[in-house]
Amino acid sequence: MSTTAPLPVQPIPRGTLGRRVGRSLGDWAPAALVFLLGIAAWEGLVRGLAVERFLLPPLSDILRTLWADRSFFIDAGLFTFKEALGGFVIGSAAGMLVALVLARWRPLGRALMPYAIAANAIPIIAFAPITNNWFGLLNPASKMAIAAVLCFFPVMVNTLRGLTSVPPSSIELMRSYAAGEWEIFRRVRIPNALPYVFTALKVATVLAMIGAIVGDYFGGSQEALGIQIRRFAGIFAFEEAWAAILVASVLGIGFYAAVAIAERLALSWHPSVRGSQE
Amino acid sequence: MSRRVSVVSLRGLSKEFSRGGVVALQNIDLEIAPGEFVSLIGPSGCGKSTLLRVIGDLVEPTGGEVVVNGKSARQARLDRDYGIVFQDAVLYDWRTVAKNIALPLEMGGWNRGRRRARVGEMIELVELGGFEGHHPWQLSGGMQQRVSIARALSFDPSLLLMDEPFGALDEMTRERLNMELLRIWERARSTIVFVTHSISEAVFLSTRVVVMSARPGQITGVVEVDLPQPRNAETRGEPRFFELVTEVRERLRAGGLDTAGEGGEEELIAAEEGL
Ligand SMILES: Nc1ncnc2c1ncn2[C@@H]1O[C@H](COP(=O)(O)OP(=O)(O)OP(=O)(O)O)[C@@H](O)[C@H]1O
Ligand SMILES: [Mg+2]
Repeated sequence: MSTTAPLPVQPIPRGTLGRRVGRSLGDWAPAALVFLLGIAAWEGLVRGLAVERFLLPPLSDILRTLWADRSFFIDAGLFTFKEALGGFVIGSAAGMLVALVLARWRPLGRALMPYAIAANAIPIIAFAPITNNWFGLLNPASKMAIAAVLCFFPVMVNTLRGLTSVPPSSIELMRSYAAGEWEIFRRVRIPNALPYVFTALKVATVLAMIGAIVGDYFGGSQEALGIQIRRFAGIFAFEEAWAAILVASVLGIGFYAAVAIAERLALSWHPSVRGSQE
Repeated sequence: MSRRVSVVSLRGLSKEFSRGGVVALQNIDLEIAPGEFVSLIGPSGCGKSTLLRVIGDLVEPTGGEVVVNGKSARQARLDRDYGIVFQDAVLYDWRTVAKNIALPLEMGGWNRGRRRARVGEMIELVELGGFEGHHPWQLSGGMQQRVSIARALSFDPSLLLMDEPFGALDEMTRERLNMELLRIWERARSTIVFVTHSISEAVFLSTRVVVMSARPGQITGVVEVDLPQPRNAETRGEPRFFELVTEVRERLRAGGLDTAGEGGEEELIAAEEGL
């Protein structure tokens, strides 16, 4: 064909890696402004209204305490973060694997799903004292176990939903190419499930941090952040307690952000990711 | 029985969907010889898409026999004997346009170089140059449909099942792709089963037009299209073309009156206006 008519629509340029992950300064500015206003309001109101220390200390005092004892807080934070990360990896991996098995053998899935959903509604954190008994109070495995179980259910349920909510015609097309079950998984079901999986993984980062810290509250190693928060609060060292909470918050947000960035990289094809560039 | 084997052979075929108890197809008999271009036309819901799916072994018939290329429909599917264009494009969002087109080639074991060359030809055929790296949701409906046509043609299947492939296209693109499809069909000596709502498109393209009626889905008539090959721009102006269009329309009307289908009537009018 020699007659190439002018294109009715011009192709949209493809985004670079940087643009896919980050956003422009303008997008961030409103959020940054709110952040600064929030800090100013905290500092101003606490000092201006002379709020009692045990209610909420001024941010500047908390930061000073944090800085003075930074290596202690960072070590405690990393100790607990490792518990959370371990639980996250174990729980999420198990959740995805079980979802794959249940999606592949549907009758099995139908038999087990009601129990999975019921188990999901159990307040799993209530088991923390029990896992302390199982693995030992000082063993990080007891906190990892709680974090892992917390992560397992949302990841499993979401992955299963992603693997099974494929339009029938998408499967028919694969069957027309004589694809077997595993090939359909590899080429259609798993890519289709990825957005669901990442949504669950982001939730799981939060649950893993909660599991590890609250697990500490029931007793554990002196190196752990949760233990320290409880101890400081008990001895009225409010700045120290808040400093530890701040460390936990920063770690939690960082954990979440890391998974969110991985999501943007893995799902660069997804409308929700590509659409945000324009 | 030693005559040329039919590419598609349907005997006493019926399909009832258990959910809702809809009889989508009833007692369908149809033989399609190698190199034929058969169009299916009929009111909405008369089972055209279901018929294509049964031929492709994507839907199990509840009665009768399906033989494709002299073997069971299942074996033909496993041998990748046919390419299919669904009524909606069915593209994978995580694949770019080029990778969607390359999918059957990947699965057929084509190496990277051959794949790239073939995808390039196909992109040119459907005029999507510049959109190779785009994802399906960045395309218009007609562009998506063209990707799905390119994908079905890419691996040169000897049997093409096409479900309203040009439904979402503008008139100019539609006519051009009609000509391209005929060219491919003549060159590759392939067999095509083509669903359309346009009487004139059916007559222009086909060697035979199969007219169906709804509830239950049945074949109510077959019109042999004896227009000379190859078809070209003049074909549409020939008196014989108009006679055949009228004949198909009469058959459709007869089928529509028999069943007095509510939806069927509307669709019939729409089909006539498409002329
Ligand atoms: N998966 C299904 N389950 C139940 N009923 C179905 C299913 N697929 C199709 N049907 C029914 O079978 C009948 C024929 O449907 P089909 O899609 O084959 O019609 P069609 O001729 O292709 O219509 P159109 O021209 O609107 O595309 C319809 O009544 C429809 O409701
Ligand atoms: Mg249809």
